[in-house]
Amino acid sequence: MTEYITLSMILFTIGAVGVLVRRNAIVVFMCVELMLNATNLALVAFSRQHGNLDGQVAAFFVMVVAAAEVVVGLAIIVSIYRTRRTTTVDEASLLKL
Amino acid sequence: MFTADLPPITGPDVEYSLIAPILIITAAAVLGTLVEALVPRTRRFGVQAAVAVVGVLAAIGDTIWVYQSLDAVKGGGHSGRGQISTEGALSVDGPGVVTWLLLLVFALLSFLLFAERRLEGGLSAFTGRAADAPGSAGEAEATAARIEHTEVFPLASFALLGMMVFATANDLLTMFVALEVLSLPLYLMCGLARRRRLLSQEAALKYFLLGAFSSVFFLYGVALAYGYAGSFELGRIAVAVSSRTGSDTLLLASIALMAVGLLFKISAVPFHSWTPDVYQGAPTPVTAFMAAGTKTAAFVALLRVFFVAFGGATWDWRPTIWVIAVVTMFLGALVSIAQTDVKRMLAYSSIAHAGFLLVGFAGAYVGTTDRISSVSSVLFYLTVYGIATIGAFAIVTLIRDAGGEATHLSRWAGLGKASPFLAGSFALFMLSFAGIPLTSGFIGKWAVFSAAWSGGYWPLVVIGVLMSAVAAYFYVRVIVLMFFTDPVGDGPTIAVPSVLTTTVIAATAAATVFLGLVPGPMLDLAQHAGTFVR
Repeated sequence: MTEYITLSMILFTIGAVGVLVRRNAIVVFMCVELMLNATNLALVAFSRQHGNLDGQVAAFFVMVVAAAEVVVGLAIIVSIYRTRRTTTVDEASLLKL
Repeated sequence: MFTADLPPITGPDVEYSLIAPILIITAAAVLGTLVEALVPRTRRFGVQAAVAVVGVLAAIGDTIWVYQSLDAVKGGGHSGRGQISTEGALSVDGPGVVTWLLLLVFALLSFLLFAERRLEGGLSAFTGRAADAPGSAGEAEATAARIEHTEVFPLASFALLGMMVFATANDLLTMFVALEVLSLPLYLMCGLARRRRLLSQEAALKYFLLGAFSSVFFLYGVALAYGYAGSFELGRIAVAVSSRTGSDTLLLASIALMAVGLLFKISAVPFHSWTPDVYQGAPTPVTAFMAAGTKTAAFVALLRVFFVAFGGATWDWRPTIWVIAVVTMFLGALVSIAQTDVKRMLAYSSIAHAGFLLVGFAGAYVGTTDRISSVSSVLFYLTVYGIATIGAFAIVTLIRDAGGEATHLSRWAGLGKASPFLAGSFALFMLSFAGIPLTSGFIGKWAVFSAAWSGGYWPLVVIGVLMSAVAAYFYVRVIVLMFFTDPVGDGPTIAVPSVLTTTVIAATAAATVFLGLVPGPMLDLAQHAGTFVR
């Protein structure tokens, strides 16, 4: 049981580090999705540990939310790409102090 | 027959009359989506605005009815009103229903700003076709053909729905779904500005990436809380926390991760970095909606999670909130002095206000009949902050030059001579933000400081008073700029708005004065709301 939680924490950390160090908006977004899936793994593992179905049901909700987030996120990234021909987050720096 | 062995399936028990305000907003949002498909383009904007506004008005009426019908509950030494409904998913209680009312009023004022079309020569503040690149031929064509994105009304209604559910969610899964329902439409609406579209798109990208990042932290916290307690329901988590059944590491990690997600939404330091960029880049009516609505919903959700679910671990999280409150007030007040853009200045001011709200929260005071509780003081503060914020952003939409809104502070010089009504109202909102007596902001600050004092956190109150003095400096600086500085060149144009924006400014200014002079009724409402029902 602990192994699954450990794995989920490792995946979550990889995703978090990826968000912080990668520069391409799409890769950053993929790292967020990795973190969501790490959460799903934790939910399902805890569900098994507690012997109730709440965690598994939650995992389904998370999948749906992740899908909705992809729709909104890619729409924003594509509209930026059309304007600037790049998806590098460093380039998006017009708003500054 | 194998079916005979199965137990009968009982339908869920839903109290439709209690959650009717949420259902009305859902219906308005869904109807708006249908209007988008079925009503001809020439009439669509008016119909959309009417559907959204009528929906909110109906929901306000119903919320008042629901509030009056809430039953008092006694138990566990706390007094509260209301009940857990829809199989434990929502908690329709005093603070929750008062928050619904606040959110609906903020949404009504913001929808009136959304519907304003006189400022852009008969077009709304939102871009004609978001899919066209800024400056492209398609964009010019869309403007010439007077195409408008009327989807903002259903999008805003869905965001409002998310906020209402977020503030009353009684289990963490509902809370997470509501968080996303409120965030996703806002990400899109941020990118829809008609002018300065590059900034607007950039604001949408930043808000989206950071918002998604922070809600994943919230979600992992939810998963760990489930691992700790074996349930998503706040009440069951509270039982597990007070009996300390599981591992403390799991509990503390869960509290920390959920705090990251919630503090991001109320823009507390160190999770505030998105606020100035997004507030500046988003279309100003959307900024007004977001600044007032998101902060209100997220703060009530924050209080609910920490007071109900983690109420047994108060000593673990209070010191952290103490520190975050101080840092947030300090940074918000200091950095806003250096700002040259009105919208960025209001964003840092909103960060400073998150700090003052956290002072009331850190007090964690339950309240007695004659001393205000933390929850009531925060509700009152959110009311006065939200009203003044919407009013201030409404004025920002009116000060314009050839490129759209003239948001640079130097362009505001001499506004007092050009338009005493606008400059006077803006000065009033600034004084309220600064917490000067006879405005609503003073009563709000008094309420949160008093709750923190009663909770035994007097050093925090002293720091809070000092910080409000620092914050007052830059609010007064804006007033001096408007009334006692000569305009640069011709000065900005003051656009003549339609009755919609005028109504919003007049109503918010009147409410700011009224709540400052006669705070009694609203304070009574906030105190009568009682505690969260668990």
